[in-house]
This record gives sequence, C-alpha cells and structure tokens, in this order.
Amino acid sequence: MSRKIIALVVSLILVLGACSALAEGIKVGIVNNPPSESGYREANVKNFEEVFSAENGYEASTFYSLKNDEQLSAANQFITDGVDYLLISAAETTGWDQVLADAQEAGIGVFLFDRMIDADPSMFEAAVVSDMANEGDLAVSWLLDQGLDEYNVIHIQGAMGSDAQLGRTGALDAAAADGKVNLVVQQTATWDEAEAKKIVESVINSGEKFNVIYAENDGMAKGAVAALDEAGITHGVNGDVIVMGFDCNKWALRELLAGNWNYDGQCSPFQAGVIDEMIKTLEEGGTIEGLNEKGQIINEERGFDATAITEEDIETYGLGE
Amino acid sequence: MAKKSFAAKIRNEYSQLLVPLVALALIILFNLFRDPGFFSISLAKNNLGNTVLQGNLISTLNGASELAILAMGMTLVTAACGGQDISVGAVAAIAGSVFVKVLRGSAGVTPLTVALGILGGIVVAMLFASFSGTLVAVFKIQPMIATLILYTCGRSIAYWINGGATPTVESPIINSIGSFIPGIPIPTPILIVIVVGILFSLLFRFTNLRLYTQTVGINQGAARLNGINSVGIKLLSFVLLGGCCAIAGVIGVSRLGLINHETLLLDVEMDAILSVAIGGNLLGGGKFKMSGSILGAYAIQALTITLYAMKVPSTDIKAYKAIVIILIVAMGSPVVKEQMNRLWKKLAGKGSAAKFRREAA
Repeated sequence: MSRKIIALVVSLILVLGACSALAEGIKVGIVNNPPSESGYREANVKNFEEVFSAENGYEASTFYSLKNDEQLSAANQFITDGVDYLLISAAETTGWDQVLADAQEAGIGVFLFDRMIDADPSMFEAAVVSDMANEGDLAVSWLLDQGLDEYNVIHIQGAMGSDAQLGRTGALDAAAADGKVNLVVQQTATWDEAEAKKIVESVINSGEKFNVIYAENDGMAKGAVAALDEAGITHGVNGDVIVMGFDCNKWALRELLAGNWNYDGQCSPFQAGVIDEMIKTLEEGGTIEGLNEKGQIINEERGFDATAITEEDIETYGLGE
Repeated sequence: MAKKSFAAKIRNEYSQLLVPLVALALIILFNLFRDPGFFSISLAKNNLGNTVLQGNLISTLNGASELAILAMGMTLVTAACGGQDISVGAVAAIAGSVFVKVLRGSAGVTPLTVALGILGGIVVAMLFASFSGTLVAVFKIQPMIATLILYTCGRSIAYWINGGATPTVESPIINSIGSFIPGIPIPTPILIVIVVGILFSLLFRFTNLRLYTQTVGINQGAARLNGINSVGIKLLSFVLLGGCCAIAGVIGVSRLGLINHETLLLDVEMDAILSVAIGGNLLGGGKFKMSGSILGAYAIQALTITLYAMKVPSTDIKAYKAIVIILIVAMGSPVVKEQMNRLWKKLAGKGSAAKFRREAA
C-alpha cells in the first residue's frame, strides 16, 4: 500500500515537473493599477492579460494597487523571484530609483507603460506612454475639418488638473485663441454626467446659439445629449449639433454607429502589443529602435468618425462591454 | 387675546421657514434684476416628440429632485440622532448599481423588471442604512463617524455590483422615470419629489413618528422613561433615509441611462446637510421642519443654476457657492436671529408706544 502511495507521489511529481518544464516561458512581472480604477484601466489590464498569456509563451505574475509603496514592494518581490522582465505602470512618478537599480543589477529588463517615472532613460528599456496633447489635437483638427460656417462650442471639462483634462482642453483652447472656434461656455463637470447635463441645460435656457458639444469623456457627452434630447435639439450625423466625446467606451461607439454622436477620441489603453514586440526583439538579440530622447515610444492614439466607424472597430477598440 | 395667540402660533410654526424663504427670494430677485428672461418657461417638443416644459425654473426644480428627497431623509436622521449621515451619495450609488444590475440581469426591461429593480435598490439601500443605523443607535457611535465607513467604501461596493466602469441601460421606461412620461409636460423627478413628500406627510399625519423623533432628539433618556423605543426610532430614521437614497439613486441613473459609481450624486451629502441647515433645523437634533429642508434644497440648486447662467468660471463656482452659503447659514444662526428679534421688538415697541400716545391724545 505504502509503496503504491510513494509511486503515485513520484509520478505526480514527475508529471508536475514535466508540466512546469512545458510552461517554461518568458517570466514577466506586471505591476499595474487595479482594474476598478476606471474603464480605461479595466481595458488596460485585460489587454496585458491577453498578450502576456501562456499561449503566447509568457509566464506572467501580476500585482495591482493604487498605492506606490505596495507597488514598490511587489516589484521588489518580482525581482527576488527572478523574473526576466518587469512591466510597470507606476502609481506615482517618484520613489522607483532603488527598484530600477536593483533590476538593472539583476539583469532584468524594465518596461514602463502608460505612466512615466522620474528616472534616467538608461534605467529602463523603453516607456510606452500616451501623449494627451496629441489626443486633443487629433480631435480638434477633426472638428476644424468639418467645414462649419462657425464653431460655437460648449466645452465640458473633466476634473481640473488631470492629465486627460489638460491634454483635451489644451488643443481646444489653442483653437479658440486663434479665433478658429468660439467657446460659448467652458465649464468643468468633474467627469460627472449629471453636472454636464445641467451645464448644457443652462446654455439652452439662456437661448445662446451653439452647434458643437466638446465633452472630455463619454459619460459627460451622454449627459449633454440627454439635455439636447429633452430640449428637442437634433444632434449627431445630419443633426444641428456636433457631439464629441472621449474614451471610446463600447456603448459610446455604438452611439456613433447609430449616428447620434459624431466623434469619439481615445487615449489608447493597448500598450501590451508594443511591449510584446520589443521583448521578442530583445530575446532575439536585437535592439529596440524608435525611442525618443526620454526613452519613450508614444502610443498611437485614435479618433473615430461616426460616418466611418464599423462594428469591427467597436469590438476591437471599444472599452468595457 | 385669541388673535394674538394665533399670530404667535403662526410665528412659531413658520418663523423657521423664514431663512430658506428669504434665501430663495433673494436669489430670485437677484436673477430678476440680472436677466428678466431667466424665469421664462416655454413649451417645446423633445426629441421623442413629447411636448415638455422648459426653462431655468424647470431646470432648478428638476435638478434639485435628488437633493430634495435626500434632504427629507436627512432631516429625520438629524432630528432623531443629532448628527448627519455622510454616506448618502455612496448608498445612492449602491442602490443605483443594484437597480442597473437587476435590469441588465433580466431578459428585457419591462415594467415588472423596473419595479423589481427599484424594489431591490430600496431593500439593499435600507440594509446598508440600517448597518449605519445600528452603529449609531445601538453602539452609540457618532453618526458622522459611523457613516464615514460607507462614505469611504460605498462606491467600491457599488463597483463590485456591476464590474464595468459605466454600464448603460436603454429603455423608454427608464427614460420616462428620468425625464418625461409621454403626455405629461412636467419632468418626472419633480413628480417623484411630490409623491415622496406626500408619503412623508401621511406618515407624520397617521403615526406619532414626528413626536417620537423629536422627543428622542431632544432628550432620549426622558423619551425612554416615557416608553419610547429610542433605539428603534433612530434605526427607523436611518432606514427611511436609506429608502430616500435608493429613490435618488434610481432617478440619477434614469436621467442618463447609465451608472457611474464614482460620480453618481457626488458630494451630495454636503448639499443635503446644508439643505437641512438652511431649512432652519437644529443640526443637534430635536424639533424639525421637513418643508424647510426641501426649500433649502431648492435654494442650493437655484444658486448653482444661477452661477451656471452667469457663466462663473468653473474653477470659481464652489468658492462663490460657499460665500452665499456662509451668508445664509449666518442669517439663520441663533446669535443673529436673537439680534434680529431684539431689533424687531424695539421697532415694534416704538410703533405701539407711538400708537398709544396718539390714542391718549
């Protein structure tokens, strides 16, 4: 009997050993913010889980926290565990010097994504980040291409001082300063849909003319549209008012497809593919090219036009469900 | 003599409403001078083809709906417990999430599933509220500290319920809760406030709840000696506030057909407490007047709409709001009130003395 048990245990160990030998992939440790942070983060986390999977030849360990100190200790743990690569979206830009130095000493390649760290570019392989200003520029140049006689814009801003707000506001402010657009009103709704609705309602009640709504995220655009609907103002493709949103939630892109909105811009949460390619290049002994002087690769941003969007775009690029 | 006591009764009953009424009147007067068209109401056809009422007045009444409902519940908690619930926004977000969860979980949005969703939201919100209520009533924790727990974690709980960041629900039924019922030109949220108000007044009319709540609020030891279950009364006030939170949450979700657990009724707790204070209610508990709180809610909303209409820069709006609120609260403070009373008596005294002299001559 006992011999049988020993045989069973030994064979189990052998099987397990064979399995782990089979699963021997590139070890990556991913430090990110938790998916509950936002729709953006949810898509971001999902993207990394899909790309750095066992099928793609990776053995990924993940850690999610909004707190920098927890992220730091997780990164230390990953270094101790002997990962091949460390992928970091830091909660704060400072405090990472020791981790980066330890990783370099251990021969671990570090990639930063989404958020930068205050560090010398020599301390990491590459950073894949978004250029928020670029996202705003893309949207405003789309707007100016629409060839309206005049642009009377209701501008609904996000939480003041956030990266997304600064980038999305900057481009429109520049166009207003050049006299290309007229800002009927510029107010922050702090990402609050209901507040956005109240702002648009107050403009409608004042009787002032407007023909563009530039809302800095999808939710606020939806709030603005609710106010238009109640006032009987048409919007979207062939409507009186152009509606622009940001983030590209799936439900928002469906509004585009239905012609209720006109434009949705995105700060792309999909950085995993780019990092995957760079890791493969390094594994084959190549070097990473195309970095700027800060060691960054700027993520490609997208903007969707209601007249050109397809079901496939919604499935591929839409956030959430 | 009878006349005088009647006048005194009126003064006692309604002097409390003086502050919110004066505040509202000042905002209205200010707007009349600024832009006489501010209060114009017009009929328009909305994009669904319904004829509906429009204008700043309607926007104010409509926009304040959630706040007015929360203010009613907050008044009760304030009166019974001598403290405030700062988790109403978070509990409303939880209830709204439950509402959305039920709708998205069921096959289609029908009147039945909507009713179930609302019921589910109310039950869950009442459970969470009774958690806070138990901490306050049984464990004698200060209301603000007890509700700090849900204030902190409530919105995370709301996130767990649905997972996605901003789940949406589309349906004509949802639309008629959040904006207009076809054929009725008044925004539905205004009607809901009226219904909730009537329910509360019926409750006070046919039960001793008002008396008991005030008694517990003024002196709970004496209340207990008189056979009033002060723990039960405090708990009940929280449960009723939970119901109010759920209704406010459902309205908030239905306005847009979307729930954002992070921003739904954000910072509403502060406005709700302010409504109670502006309404002339004692924040330390005891006697209360719900109508004062409702007026307070409308005053706050009127102020916000006015600032929007004046295009006050977004970054400054809260500062202006704070200044006006300081003035209103100071106006209602006991010290200022006493000074005013003294002034009033002096004037009235002089008047009657003059009258007496005239009569003597």
